[in-house]
Amino acid sequence: MELKTPLYDAHLAAGGKIVPFGGYLLPVQYGAGVIAEHMAVRTKAGLFDVSHMGELMLKGKDAFRNLQHLLTNDFTTMAAGDCRYSPMCYPTGGVVDDLLVYKYADDDFLLVVNASNRHKDAEWIRSHLLGEVDFKDISDQTAQLALQGPLAHEILAPLVSGGALPEKYYSFAPYLEIAGIRCLVSRTGYTGEDGYELYCSPEDVTDLWNQLLEAGEPLGLIPCGLGARDTLRLEAAMPLYGHEMDENITPLETGLGFFVKMDKEDFIGKAAMAAQGKPSRKRVGLKLKDRGIARDACSVYASAEAAEAVGRTTSGTHCPYLGYAVAMALVPVDLAAPGTALWIDVRGRRLQAEVVRLPFYKR
Amino acid sequence: MEFPKDVLYMKSHEWVKFLDDKTALVGISDHAQSELGDLVFVNLPLPEDTVTAGEPFADVESVKAVSDVYCPVTGMVAEINEALLDKPELLNQDPYGAWMIKVTQVTDHADLLSAEEYEKLIAEEA
Repeated sequence: MELKTPLYDAHLAAGGKIVPFGGYLLPVQYGAGVIAEHMAVRTKAGLFDVSHMGELMLKGKDAFRNLQHLLTNDFTTMAAGDCRYSPMCYPTGGVVDDLLVYKYADDDFLLVVNASNRHKDAEWIRSHLLGEVDFKDISDQTAQLALQGPLAHEILAPLVSGGALPEKYYSFAPYLEIAGIRCLVSRTGYTGEDGYELYCSPEDVTDLWNQLLEAGEPLGLIPCGLGARDTLRLEAAMPLYGHEMDENITPLETGLGFFVKMDKEDFIGKAAMAAQGKPSRKRVGLKLKDRGIARDACSVYASAEAAEAVGRTTSGTHCPYLGYAVAMALVPVDLAAPGTALWIDVRGRRLQAEVVRLPFYKR
Repeated sequence: MEFPKDVLYMKSHEWVKFLDDKTALVGISDHAQSELGDLVFVNLPLPEDTVTAGEPFADVESVKAVSDVYCPVTGMVAEINEALLDKPELLNQDPYGAWMIKVTQVTDHADLLSAEEYEKLIAEEA
C-alpha cells in the first residue's frame, strides 16, 4: 500500500500525474510536462517535493565513531554546518545505500537516505551500532522540499529570517525561518544546478510549498516531478542507487573513489575492496551516435557483431537540455577510455555509442 | 480533448483516415499523446514495409518510456512522415495533423470505433 506525502492534495491541485515511487504516491510530472520542468530547473527554478526521502539521526559520544565505521568517507575534518556525501557498504564492498551526512556537532549527525532504502538502512545501521550512541529514524517527522535552479537564491533570499542562507555548496543552516516557517536549509541538490534543500515539519510543508511557489511564480518557478528529477540527475551524471550502484556494485566501480577513504581505519567493506584492488569494470558515460534512446539494463557490446555482451547500461534517457540521448554503463576498464566506440542493444537493434567524459552537463 | 469525426479510432488509441478504399493515413489520438507525455523519439517503419491490422508497426518514446503503436489496417507503407524523425513533438502538438504513415493496398482493418464510441470509451476508462 503506497504512502502519501503531506503534499499529495497539493500535487493533485497543481495538476500532478501521480505514480507509485519508493513506496510513495508522487507526481511524475505536472501539466507543464517533463521537458518543460527539466528546462525550468536549468534556466530558472523548479520546486520538488522530496518528503519521501529518509532522515536518520545519530547522536551521542560514539556517533562519530559509528559514522567512520558504517560509511566509506572520512568525517574527521568535517565542521559543524558541513554536508558530506558517502556510500555505505556491505562487507562485500557492495553498496547498501548512498547518502548525505549533515553535521550539527561532534556528537550529533543527520543522515539523509534514499526513500526506497530507508527501512533497509535503518535496520542495517541499528544492527551495526557500536558503543554509546542513539539512533533514531525521524523520517515520518520530517518533510523536505528541493528548490533548484539559477534563480533559487533570488527566490529564497527575500523569505529568510533568523540567520543567513548557506553560502558554501554542501553546507547547511540548521535553524532558519523561511516565510515564517522553521526550516533546516542546505545548499545541496540532485539536479546539477545551484539550489537548496529545505527540511521542515510535515505540518508546515504545505504552507512552505505554497509560499515558495507564490514567491517564485513571477520568476518562472514551477513545480517539478520525478520525471524531471531523473532526467536532471542523469544529465548531470549523478549516480542513482539501484542503477549505478547496488549490492553487487562497489563504489569504486561506480567511480566514487573520492568518497571511499581507503587509508581510514577499518570501515565495513574496506577489506573486500582492498582485496579486490583496482576494479576491473567501471562506470562510463555514453553518447548515442545512432538514432535511438538507450535506457537502463541494455546489453553493451564491443562491436556491432560481437556475440557476447561486455557490460550493461545502468541508466539512459534523452536529455532535454543537451538535446541528445545519453546513457551510463558499467563496462570493462579497457573499454572505458573516452572516444571508445561501443554498441548498445536497444530492443533488438545495436546502436553505436561513444564513451564520453562525465558529467554530460555541467552548470 | 479532441475527437475529430473524420477519422476512425482503435481501442489502443490510434486513428485512421481513409483517403479512399485502399489508402489510409495513420496516427495517434489526442488522448494517446496526452497520456504519453512529451515525445522525444519516433521509430517508424520503412516505405514498402507491410503492416498488419492489430499489430505494432512503430514505437514512440517519451522521456520515461517506450510505447508500441498498433496499426489499424493491413497494407503496404507508401510513405512515412519524415518530419517526425526530427520533431517527434509534432505528435503532441498536432496529433491529427501529424500522421505517422500512409498505407496503400489496404486489404483489411481492425475493429474501429467512431468518434462518439471512442470518446465514450475514454470517459469509461477514466
